[in-house]
Amino acid sequence: MSGGDAPGGGGEDLRVADPRWHIRVRGLCKAFGSNLVLDHIDLDLERGKVNVIIGASGAGKSVLVKHFMCLLRPDTGSVWVDGTDVFALATKPLSTFRRKFGLVFQFAALFDSLSVEDNCAFPLREHTTKSKAEIKEIVRDRLAALGLDGTQKKFPGELSGGMRKRVGLARALVLDPEILIFDEPTTGLDPLATRNVDEMILAAAERYNVTSVVISHDMASVFRIADRIAMLHQKRILASGTPDEIRAHPDPYLSGFIRASGVGAALGTTDRADRSERTDREDAEAAS
Amino acid sequence: MSGGAAAPPPGGEPPAPAPRESLVGAVGTGVRDAFAPAMRFLDIVGGHVILLMRALSWLPRRPIRAGNYVEAAEYIGFGSLPIVLLVGAFTGMVMTLQSVYAFKAFGLESMAGGITGKALALELGPVLTALMLAGRAGAGIATELGTMRISEQIDALESMAVNPVQYLVLPRVIAGMIVTPMLTLLFFVVGMAGSYLVAVMWQGVDHGQFVYNAEELIRPMDIVQGEIKAVVFGVMVILIGCYQGYHATGGGRGVGLGTTRAVVIASVSVLVIDYFLTDILLTVLGGPGDT
Repeated sequence: MSGGDAPGGGGEDLRVADPRWHIRVRGLCKAFGSNLVLDHIDLDLERGKVNVIIGASGAGKSVLVKHFMCLLRPDTGSVWVDGTDVFALATKPLSTFRRKFGLVFQFAALFDSLSVEDNCAFPLREHTTKSKAEIKEIVRDRLAALGLDGTQKKFPGELSGGMRKRVGLARALVLDPEILIFDEPTTGLDPLATRNVDEMILAAAERYNVTSVVISHDMASVFRIADRIAMLHQKRILASGTPDEIRAHPDPYLSGFIRASGVGAALGTTDRADRSERTDREDAEAAS
Repeated sequence: MSGGAAAPPPGGEPPAPAPRESLVGAVGTGVRDAFAPAMRFLDIVGGHVILLMRALSWLPRRPIRAGNYVEAAEYIGFGSLPIVLLVGAFTGMVMTLQSVYAFKAFGLESMAGGITGKALALELGPVLTALMLAGRAGAGIATELGTMRISEQIDALESMAVNPVQYLVLPRVIAGMIVTPMLTLLFFVVGMAGSYLVAVMWQGVDHGQFVYNAEELIRPMDIVQGEIKAVVFGVMVILIGCYQGYHATGGGRGVGLGTTRAVVIASVSVLVIDYFLTDILLTVLGGPGDT
């Protein structure tokens, strides 16, 4: 993920799908009435990685991400996904385009009137011609992968917050999306549930080989899962880079943001690169 | 201490008067303020019309999702049936009771059935049915869609490439358009049954005279006129419920306010539109004096 100093800043051809950058945002501005929320955002999100967008509450993270799949339209600027200008799409191509995405909402946004199974089957029934048996099998597979097998007949009201988020992810995964967006996935969860959700995001990214975009301000969680981080502050991208680059960034607001969340250098060993190193070491030890 | 405006010394220059708004600016502000309620009203009306047009533009497009239409018709129609029948029966009964007592002095109590039927077919049927729907189905739809809006379920639909207007609004509006005339017709039927019960069984009006006068007074065109009104009211009441729910903001309180607005706006609109619609229908279809 890169911010204002986007790769190929000069003569880049955004109409060509880039092997590294999956989503590319250029000069995005959005205001609601007189309230300017995003001001000339330039951002690139890396293919197949976990890209985290951080920022204070109300900074405009969700607003930014909703532009990726054209749930909102900007005042100026563009978003390119695999060389496609999102805002130039007509109604029907846009509908097809949106199937590239799976969106996991902050509070899951499950349909109250439908069971877990029907919630997960909803996108399949809408967009495929699969038989009932095939749909049932896909749903069972996705739920089982997230440890939810056996909850098919339950209704959202009967589930805990963490389970609802996992059902939300299962629903987002049934159409095999290329890009998964998580809107504040750990908000309101206890530490253990937060860790479970982090594991779920990493597992989904690896198992289904998707580009993940996570909106969060939970820095402990961010450093556990992120391959790349971008910070949104005062309507612009303040910094972007790898977790190490973000941790070492000189900007006082950013370092203060990280410090205030209780995640400093001392906790740096919890980040994703170190986790994979540790896992490799443990695997090697186990093998020997 | 420094800073702040010090009081002028006695005998010094008086403070400069605050800058006054220019006359043109003041007039502009006044006109804008005066027309603000009208602009808000037009804004709301326009919003409803746009939502209706957006919904109808999806009508010929696939997927059809027949289940959604059936579900909406079941909720609006079948769910409202008991209350509509109850209100219809007692409206016919009380109307007849009043008519019998009023006309007894003139020996015209046998006219009670015909007069009640005329009122039920032309006004009471469509209007009271629409008011019942506003209180039950309109409020229920506003709450349901409002809850879906604030819990991001509508955004979820959109993110799954499902158009929420086509999925949520269109089936309800079409269902309202179809089932409201049916409910109105049933309202009329049970109202007439109640009228017969009171007039013939309890008040001693002759069966033959009751039926004869009813047939003489109630024209088929009265029923048609009531059904046309019912179609308009059905669309209007359900559309208002959808609009208030679809555009709900501000959490639970916003949903509550939307629901209240849905009932109030729909009820008032039914009564106001009824007058103008009656005027148009009497002109187009002809009044009781026309043959």
